[in-house]
Amino acid sequence: MKIKAKWMAYVRYQVVFVVLIILFCCVVVANINSGSVAISVPEILDIIFNKNALITSNYNILWKIRLPRLMTAAVLGGGLSISGFLLQTFFRNPIAGPYVLGISSGAKMTVAFAMIIATKYHGTFTSLELVLAAFVGSLVSMFFVLTISKRVQSISMLLVAGIMIGYICSAFTDFFIAFANEYQVTNIYTWALGSFSGASWTSFKFAATIIFTVSGIVFLLSKPIGAYLLGESYAQSLGVNIKWFRIALILFSSLLSATVTAFAGPISFIGIAVPHMTKMLLKTTKPILVIPAAFICGSTFCMFCDLIARTAFSPTELSISTVTAVFGAPIVISLMLKRQSNPNNT
Amino acid sequence: MNDYYFSSKELTVGYQGIPLIKNINIKLKKGEILTLIGPNGSGKSTILKSLTKHLEKLQGTVFIGKNDMAALTFKEISRQLAVVLTDRIKVDLMTCWDLVETGRYPYTGYLGRLTETDKEKVANALKKVHAWDLKDKNFNEISDGQRQRILLARAICQEPEIIILDEPTSFLDVRHKLELLKILKDMAKIDQITVIMSLHEIDLAQKIADKIMCVKGETIYNYGSPEEIFSSDIIQELYEIDKGSYNVNFGSVELNKSIGEPEVFVIAGDGTGIAHFRELQRREIPFCTGVLHQNDIDYQIAKALAVKVIKSPSFNKISNEIYLEAKEVLHGCKKILYTGVEFAEMNDKNKALLDVARRLNMPICYSVDEI
Repeated sequence: MKIKAKWMAYVRYQVVFVVLIILFCCVVVANINSGSVAISVPEILDIIFNKNALITSNYNILWKIRLPRLMTAAVLGGGLSISGFLLQTFFRNPIAGPYVLGISSGAKMTVAFAMIIATKYHGTFTSLELVLAAFVGSLVSMFFVLTISKRVQSISMLLVAGIMIGYICSAFTDFFIAFANEYQVTNIYTWALGSFSGASWTSFKFAATIIFTVSGIVFLLSKPIGAYLLGESYAQSLGVNIKWFRIALILFSSLLSATVTAFAGPISFIGIAVPHMTKMLLKTTKPILVIPAAFICGSTFCMFCDLIARTAFSPTELSISTVTAVFGAPIVISLMLKRQSNPNNT
Repeated sequence: MNDYYFSSKELTVGYQGIPLIKNINIKLKKGEILTLIGPNGSGKSTILKSLTKHLEKLQGTVFIGKNDMAALTFKEISRQLAVVLTDRIKVDLMTCWDLVETGRYPYTGYLGRLTETDKEKVANALKKVHAWDLKDKNFNEISDGQRQRILLARAICQEPEIIILDEPTSFLDVRHKLELLKILKDMAKIDQITVIMSLHEIDLAQKIADKIMCVKGETIYNYGSPEEIFSSDIIQELYEIDKGSYNVNFGSVELNKSIGEPEVFVIAGDGTGIAHFRELQRREIPFCTGVLHQNDIDYQIAKALAVKVIKSPSFNKISNEIYLEAKEVLHGCKKILYTGVEFAEMNDKNKALLDVARRLNMPICYSVDEI
């Protein structure tokens, strides 16, 4: 009996990972392949792997537009789901995520502010400045969420508070935009809706460095995260230094969502829906499995949504959050309903 | 001083800098069991939380082995001390096995992978608490009592030298309570694990503990062996029992006696009276009883419930003097309740009392219903 149950779980994990990787590859191919100019698979392979390929317009579309955009979507999607996973762990709340808690909006506010100031005085801003601005904004929102979370016990109250913080930050963002000149407005406006259209190799490299490093560290923290799932007291009795661990959780989740927001604007629902989907697929909450699976799942989901955003009403591009909301919101609603019917979980 | 494995010196505990209980001095050897008793809200959990470093202590020192606990890291402590708390664990998609497995965390490597030895220890812990059948069940879908056992298994496989439990017997039925305490006792006596726990059941505390700490008010109300604590009125005072009584020898709780002019005289003895006494109490009928020998178990209960008990020294025939006293009390009652106790040499005077009642034409009942 024991061996059977364990073995079944083991097979499940392997199947889930294999399926996720296959899906990932399919979405990658579909993403490169489709768009206003369709490029066939053999041609894609030729352009990517044949160093002597002719520099055609397809070559440029692939190397300069689709590939950086695709890879940025993959990395940011992964980072966003890890950020959501950390926040859910921290708040012991399955519906927590950087977007609903207002953390993305905090980043949006400071980035908008920084963009306006920077374009006014320097003309440009670097990726580093952008991420730093977003990080500060994330932490500001996080600070308010934390203050409120100490006073409210219920899961839904925390979310209401987060959404309110999000509105306040958006109001400030609108306020800044109102005082910006026209050129800046279009720039900020596209970005603030959330889109990968601005992706370039430079921004990708920068985002990838941060997200891979942080996600790697988070993966190495699987063990204390697992202990933390039992509650702070038990985690501490298992040897986790709660004070430092909390700070780490807050900093890492904020940094991840800040990086995403800095490069692609606030993206909704991936942070909530993906970790949840991953746990349901794996039928476990063990961080050592959930973290890598959530990353791959987030990448795939994000690329898939970007594909739809690009192609559904081409040449008009949708904002990425429009698409993620369509797929993510039902998942969140089902999650809330499920918890309501299960008194053990509230 | 360090024959003691676990000790606290002038410990003060409280919340947010406000002291709640001062001067807590615990001294425990390996394999000893300390039980904290006291009314609800007296601060038992606060003390336990401070001992485990979950709550910052306000003053004093706690020693584990020869080390000051404040100087040890959480990691070092985790290999010596395990806890079972009252906090409700909120986990999703976790089997009981997974949960018990977390007890091995202090011993596993960086990514927390379990070796075969670790797995064996998890299995042994599960078997020890008789929860082997639960291992593949979802932790959220088992009963509270089963959960408590799984949490104990988790603590056991942490291989602690001291285990601290906050009200481990709440939610458990009588059988599982006894089972749990037996496991703890074995752990203490066989594996030499020191146990500190808070208990609501004072009768069980008396039976299992080597040391008892009574928690109430600003300082520790009392600390000592069960014999010392349960010998006088300490319990009655600790819990401020005024709506009834607690029998330290039996560990039984009796409700208030019915007061007033006694209506019924009960002739009992040899344990035949207890059920009748309780029934009379339930119906709030004041009664007297006698003559009972002081070593009769009826006497213990009668003491708590009867308006008046006519007692006689143990192992002696009932003296004439006592008989006359009983007769007088009997005269004052309206009815007799005869429990059917057999009369022999020692209690032949009770037979005489029954005869007196017959001669007086007092109604003689054989059960409370007839009254």
